[in-house]
Amino acid sequence: MATKSLSEISLDGLWKNNPALVQLLGLCPLLAVTGSVVNALGLGLATMMVLVGSNLSVSLIRNHVSDAVRLPAFVMIIASFVTVAELVMQAFTYELYEVLGIFIPLIVTNCAILGRADAFACKNPVLPSVVDGVMMAIGFTVVLVALGAMREILGQGVIFGNMDLLFGPAAADWKITLFSNYPDFLFAILPPGAFVCMGLLIAVKNLIDADIKKRADARKAPVETGSKRVRVTGKIS
Amino acid sequence: MALLTLSSPHAHGPNATSRIMLTVALATLPGLAVMTWFFGPGTLINVILAGLTAVVCEALVLKARKYPVGFFLKDNTALVTGVLLGLALPPLAPWWITVIATAFAIIFAKQIYGGMGNNPFNPAMIGYALVLVSFPVQMTTNWAVSFQMSGSEVAGLTDTLRAIFAGSADVADVYTGATPLDDYKHLISKETSDELLTRATFNGWLNGGWEWMNLAFLAGGVFLMLKRIITWHIPVSMLAALTLCSLVFGWDHDLYTPTWLHLFSGATMLGAFFIATDPVSASTTPKGKLIYGAGIGILLFVIRTWGAYPDAVAFAVLLMNFAAPFIDAYTQPRTYGHSKARRGLKTGK
Repeated sequence: MATKSLSEISLDGLWKNNPALVQLLGLCPLLAVTGSVVNALGLGLATMMVLVGSNLSVSLIRNHVSDAVRLPAFVMIIASFVTVAELVMQAFTYELYEVLGIFIPLIVTNCAILGRADAFACKNPVLPSVVDGVMMAIGFTVVLVALGAMREILGQGVIFGNMDLLFGPAAADWKITLFSNYPDFLFAILPPGAFVCMGLLIAVKNLIDADIKKRADARKAPVETGSKRVRVTGKIS
Repeated sequence: MALLTLSSPHAHGPNATSRIMLTVALATLPGLAVMTWFFGPGTLINVILAGLTAVVCEALVLKARKYPVGFFLKDNTALVTGVLLGLALPPLAPWWITVIATAFAIIFAKQIYGGMGNNPFNPAMIGYALVLVSFPVQMTTNWAVSFQMSGSEVAGLTDTLRAIFAGSADVADVYTGATPLDDYKHLISKETSDELLTRATFNGWLNGGWEWMNLAFLAGGVFLMLKRIITWHIPVSMLAALTLCSLVFGWDHDLYTPTWLHLFSGATMLGAFFIATDPVSASTTPKGKLIYGAGIGILLFVIRTWGAYPDAVAFAVLLMNFAAPFIDAYTQPRTYGHSKARRGLKTGK
């Protein structure tokens, strides 16, 4: 595997190979808990904790675990980190922990984490692995938060509600009511709305990619009108 | 094309999409007229609003997709989607419900899948299901009561406009009530059928407006059949399945909704002739149409009887839309010249 520079790794995680928008991994928590920004951010941070930890550990043991037993080893490592994340959330953000419920332990089944361990961390040194973990997790969290914001606005007409669950009592009044008298748009709050919003986000990403490609193509071949074709036959005297 | 010499017959096909769609829209007019007469001008306003929204949304999306806007608008499919949705929504529903449902139907259920002829689901019913799931309160409390049920006048034009566009709750309180299907389903556990049927909601056969509305849609549907725009298969099998289910499982009227109420109340006839027969999302083979229609009839009975919703045309049709491609694959008729029909999902050979 050709070694990638750290900036390439970062771009991969954030955009080109974004776990949520391109790899479409970890869709279960992605669609289930993105009803509001605070839920999305909470799950995103927990996932980040697990992903960075697992990438670091897998990279450290990569020369000591044989290929045959690598998957059970990875799962053990990930499960340990998920347990740690769960206990941390119980200790510091208990209400949020209760809101997210089963989806905290379910981080262990998030394919994005096992995928990064197997596809990247077990083949690369520690520093690139950690950077990859951080960037993949940021990419995942950004999509989670974007979805959460979309669904919170569409569903309830507010944004940043209940942020005190994550940031303490000081954040209780962060809630911004965008529309007063808003009738709850249940579709956006329910999982089908998450699918539709997700589809829209992917569409926007593809649109931006197409635009980038178009600009790159336009820059690549600046053929002036009136220029002549290169002569490939005949003698040049 | 200019150099092509066409041989006879030089018959002109009158059944262009735009013409068919216009005929379908016209065939809903008796139903629309009856609804307006019995329940007030709410439905008429909904139909106009939904039709306008549908055409505007279609034009916007076509423009964004760089398609020829005029050419595709002229096929009238967006208009029919809007008209059907307007007919299906509660007469006194606030305007934004109609707009959201129609916009979602056109933009998400139709154009995102590729536009006319490519939508796997009936767009009008997707729009309806969206608002029914999202806004249960507005979708269940805005059914107008006919003047025969309430014994007084229906909402006039100004009151209707106020209810729809200004959200005046007082209008809604005066002129709305439970639908017969809803009432029967929820009150039959407390009263006997005979007691229940003396209530104002039912008021005897042909006295509540709902029966006339269904008869009018039935007439429109028969007209479409005579014009050969729809075939008999889907409506007949759907109504037959509904009748059979309700006779076999719901024979006890002190427990279940009687058959005549199933057939002539709610959206049964509108669904059977105008919604289930959507040529794009329905099954297309003759045998497939029978299965598809029967499936809708059975689902309709099941959801109405044991489900949470009083009426279920939208969900029944959408569920069978899922199955339509599969049904089609297994009901292909034998092609002339072949000894056996090619059926199943195998590709190649």
